[in-house]
Amino acid sequence: MKKLAFCAVLSATAFAATGAFAAEPVIGLITKTETNPFFVKMKEGAQAEAKRLGAKLMTASGKKDGDTGAQITAIENMVTAGAKTILITSSGDAIIPAVKKAQAKGVQVIALDSPFDGADALFATDNYKAGILIGQYAKVALGGKPAKIAMLDLFPGHPVGAQRHNGFMTGFGLKANDAKSNELSATPETVCAADTDGNQAKGQTAMENCLQKDPAINVVYTINEPAAAGAYNALKKAGKKDVIVVSVDGGCEGVANVGKGVIAATSQQYPLKMAAMGVAAGVDYAKGGKKASGYVDTGVTLIAARAVAGVDSKDVKTGTDLCWGKK
Amino acid sequence: MNTLKAKLPPISQLGPFIALVIACVIFGLTTDNFFTGANFALILQQVMVVGVIAIGQTLVILTAGIDLSCGMVMALGSIVMTKFAVDMGLPAPLAILCGIGVTAGFGLINGLLVTRIRLPSFIVTLGTMNIAFAITQLYSEAQTVSNLPPFMTALGGTFDIGSTPVSYGTLLMVLLYLAAWFWLRETASGRHVYAVGNSPEATRLVGIATDRVLLWVYVLAGVFYGIASLLLVARTEVGDPNAGQTENLDAITAVVLGGTSLFGGRGMILGSLVGAIVVGVLRNGLTLMGVSSVYQVLITGILVIIAVTVDQLSRKGAR
Repeated sequence: MKKLAFCAVLSATAFAATGAFAAEPVIGLITKTETNPFFVKMKEGAQAEAKRLGAKLMTASGKKDGDTGAQITAIENMVTAGAKTILITSSGDAIIPAVKKAQAKGVQVIALDSPFDGADALFATDNYKAGILIGQYAKVALGGKPAKIAMLDLFPGHPVGAQRHNGFMTGFGLKANDAKSNELSATPETVCAADTDGNQAKGQTAMENCLQKDPAINVVYTINEPAAAGAYNALKKAGKKDVIVVSVDGGCEGVANVGKGVIAATSQQYPLKMAAMGVAAGVDYAKGGKKASGYVDTGVTLIAARAVAGVDSKDVKTGTDLCWGKK
Repeated sequence: MNTLKAKLPPISQLGPFIALVIACVIFGLTTDNFFTGANFALILQQVMVVGVIAIGQTLVILTAGIDLSCGMVMALGSIVMTKFAVDMGLPAPLAILCGIGVTAGFGLINGLLVTRIRLPSFIVTLGTMNIAFAITQLYSEAQTVSNLPPFMTALGGTFDIGSTPVSYGTLLMVLLYLAAWFWLRETASGRHVYAVGNSPEATRLVGIATDRVLLWVYVLAGVFYGIASLLLVARTEVGDPNAGQTENLDAITAVVLGGTSLFGGRGMILGSLVGAIVVGVLRNGLTLMGVSSVYQVLITGILVIIAVTVDQLSRKGAR
């Protein structure tokens, strides 16, 4: 295991050292973390597309979500190393000044997955729509019963968390803020809200506390699939059946959990596509000098084991074919 | 003034209990379902992981050290025990021992670096925290380990006291606290831990091998983190590579709220249990009240400052 850690250090150094004198277009990819399967898949997509189009890809990442310091350093290093396009999944708005400096030197900066002000373009999942899809599904799946909903969120103040949360409520037919809001909406139907940090153990704790508040909860919205797995564990231990758990992500573990009945439905997003489109835009810019612009929706698909009337969904097999992570 | 200062030491010891009682009364009055046996059993179950980490953390802090690596080391322990059992097919008890062996090994490394090379514990454990995190991610390939043998999750099961279901993990946590309390209070080696934290020089001069005491404290702390790994696995029924990221600060918070001095040599182990429960009660009670989690963070922050202030004032009083 120590050998592995040593290799990681070596390869990190190698990434930092390469790339200065390449003739082909140099494109940088900066992710939030190195290890999350979502970003691993993103990197795979970028590498494949770079190989296909004859571009050189440099990669870097923060240590964990929120590690903007490492991302800023990576932007500076990549600009120095001659990157003309940088693709970045922002860990926070602290990177914006560094992005502006890079753009002033003629570098195209594209936001992947997470939006921030000042990016030339954004290739990302429509998180509000991802929320709407699972909201619509949960509404139909519940039938006419009065809804008692637990909202298992990320943490306060995160735009992606707010968009999924408010999108879910809108899809469910409840009054909620629009996609631009960072505030989490609440109505009498959302009987409980708690934070999970997108983490399984904390998702379980949050669900346990919500069941104490209202044991009759029949719908559970979760920010991501680990939180959903934690919620399911809490429901199982409390002997609750027929509670509809919905989520967002579409990772392979999550899709497998849809197959097992842990999660009723999940909105699947496509990191590979975001990265591939980003690399293609980088090559275009290097060749033609034309920057990408605006927002491109990379698509989201509802994956459910059991389809319900009036809501389009794909089955677990399709979800597994398209999922990210280890199958 | 003198009389006020003279009265402060007992407050630093009673403080955590007072905070706990106040929080319980407030939540009891403002919510319908806080004061039930089932809810208290649940809160205990939710704090058992941080609670057991806090035992190890208390030992380290009593020697005037600090351990930032505990959460990540626990995550590594849980990945090792689950992967050894599921992927390599080791019998569950053996896999569990391997996991605890790894966490104890990290404790040994921390202890050796602190005692032999005289590095500050803050820096040593900052380093081992990152190393444990990286190994956890690389070894697990950032994938959750599931389908665990039942033996591994047995501590998550419950038994009834009256009509309240209490988990075996909670019982284990309480027993570990009682054992640690007895050891620190009633045995010579336990008293040495306090002595090393109070005055390492004086302790050495009376003929106690201070380095050996320190080394054992770190190893023992590692063993407690390993037991916490098992409790985490039992509770969540998976090996989660993303666990443990905030548990170091959560455990330090519990220890400080519990009245143990960050300057070493003073404190009581049972206070750490109360400190952990206070955090769990706030999280549970505020969710029941429907209050945003930001307030939980705010209140915890204020309580930590109060606890440290009381400690500092009582130190001055004692001088």
